[in-house]
Amino acid sequence: MTGTGTDGRTPGTERQRPGTDGRVSRTDSRTTETDNRAPGPAGRAACGAPFLAVVRPGALTTVQDLGRPGHAHLGVGRSGALDRPAHALANRLVGNPAGHATLETTVDGCAVRTTAAVTAAVTGAPCPVRVDGRPVAWGAPVRVPAGAVLDVGRAALGLRSYVAFGGGIAVPPVLGSRSRDLLSGLGPEPLSAGAELPLGAPCGPSAGVDAVPWAGPPAGGLVLPVVLGPRDGWFTPAALRTLARGDFRVAGASNRIGLRTEGPALERATEGELPSEGMVLGAVQVPPDGRPVVFLADHPTTGGYPVVGVVPEAELAAAAQAVPGTPVRFAPARFVPARG
Amino acid sequence: MTADRADARSGPPQEPSAAPGLRPLRVGPHALLVEVADTGEAQALHAELLRRRAAGTLPPVTEIVPAARTVLLDGLADPRALAADIVHWDVPPLAAADSQPVVLPVRYDGADLAEVAALWGVAEEEVARLHSGLEFRVAFCGFAPGFGYLTGLPEHLHVPRRATPRTAVPAGAVGLAGPYTGVYPRSSPGGWQLIGRTDAVLWDAAREPAALLAPGTRVRFEVDA
Repeated sequence: MTGTGTDGRTPGTERQRPGTDGRVSRTDSRTTETDNRAPGPAGRAACGAPFLAVVRPGALTTVQDLGRPGHAHLGVGRSGALDRPAHALANRLVGNPAGHATLETTVDGCAVRTTAAVTAAVTGAPCPVRVDGRPVAWGAPVRVPAGAVLDVGRAALGLRSYVAFGGGIAVPPVLGSRSRDLLSGLGPEPLSAGAELPLGAPCGPSAGVDAVPWAGPPAGGLVLPVVLGPRDGWFTPAALRTLARGDFRVAGASNRIGLRTEGPALERATEGELPSEGMVLGAVQVPPDGRPVVFLADHPTTGGYPVVGVVPEAELAAAAQAVPGTPVRFAPARFVPARG
Repeated sequence: MTADRADARSGPPQEPSAAPGLRPLRVGPHALLVEVADTGEAQALHAELLRRRAAGTLPPVTEIVPAARTVLLDGLADPRALAADIVHWDVPPLAAADSQPVVLPVRYDGADLAEVAALWGVAEEEVARLHSGLEFRVAFCGFAPGFGYLTGLPEHLHVPRRATPRTAVPAGAVGLAGPYTGVYPRSSPGGWQLIGRTDAVLWDAAREPAALLAPGTRVRFEVDA
């Protein structure tokens, strides 16, 4: 087995192009790492691009970017990172454009070994971050030497952390996106132990920041503005009052498809069947049990249950970080906010 | 703030909808759901929207999603302006033969063939002849990538879904449900009445286009003996 450092010396690889000055110490760290730390199948790292080997996949860790809008008419949803600001920030910290793919963890993080030195950053749900067992900063670029294990720990607050690597996760895109859509099954499989994920070539210097914004869990729970319609007329006036005043909670069955709620049921004014119609991100769909479901990134493109209102996209990052049991209040409005 | 025209139109479904044509409903800050009378009108509106987008006369939009009797427009900068404009549109009916149909060879040996034959009141072998003699059009997609809801079955051939859905329907299975015919792009659970199977690849993410059937695509089935 040969060393992991040879990849950077392959003629014509992206890593030798100018302008990648964010990797000042890369050559040093790569050549000082010994090959006995290289993971994975014998020799794999020597001749290919650098990659991540999954040591601990966590409860659910998926590759996510900004999704694949524009294909809903084919039954393909948008998908993409649920907490988009956190995803974009992680990318910015390592010098990537916002559209590069990151890892989205759920509850208990993940651990990966890198075959080449790389800059990484963890954002979203705050959590302990370790490199080969040594604590490093959350919310800041950190250097991960070749062969080292980056361990993203259990979320102290919130649900989903985002792990960006300089160059991004370079799995082949499907319809222009590397996102895993759990409903349609498009994109790379969720991480499993031993799986390997290729890394792209770093594209710029990592951002120098002193502090990263983290809103934290909202005091008193999650408040979701809802623009009423298109099917608010399918509900009784009492149901609309219940939507505005009811105490809901995030249900444990929530996932990337939707934030499910527990609480009072919304009563329908009509028992008619609604023919399937197009669904948008943030739609508050009310199934027959009357408990509102807020559609998140992997939502179906069409549906036959009435949508009482829509949560503007900018509010969904908080929804993506709300742990089961979090109190939820809806703030319905008849009119669309000035800018959603 | 002025009253939103589109919101003002979003009454309950039992409200008399005497006004024919296009009924725009607001969907959040950036989308519009345009309701029409039936699937035929939805197909015609979808075709008109594609024409206007190609001609550059439709405001920029991320998604145009036709469904049973609506078309969703998502990613609009100003849905209110389009809502105010769209009620004045004159949408021409769908041209009967505006493109070459996709032909799907089918072995009519589905698990529900006898059931469908009984519902249609014909012999089993008649199902193939009747079904392959019709012309279909993809009204909309959904359920799974590349799954099209095909209209074209005359009303007397509509059949209900199975009372108990199957946990696994094979890829390529051709099924019927209500007014629709569909082909399963991949193995999945499903409740449609299965009449046959095709080897055509309905969905291949590595292919361009990935979906064999898109809204508006004309489709014929052909007996594959």
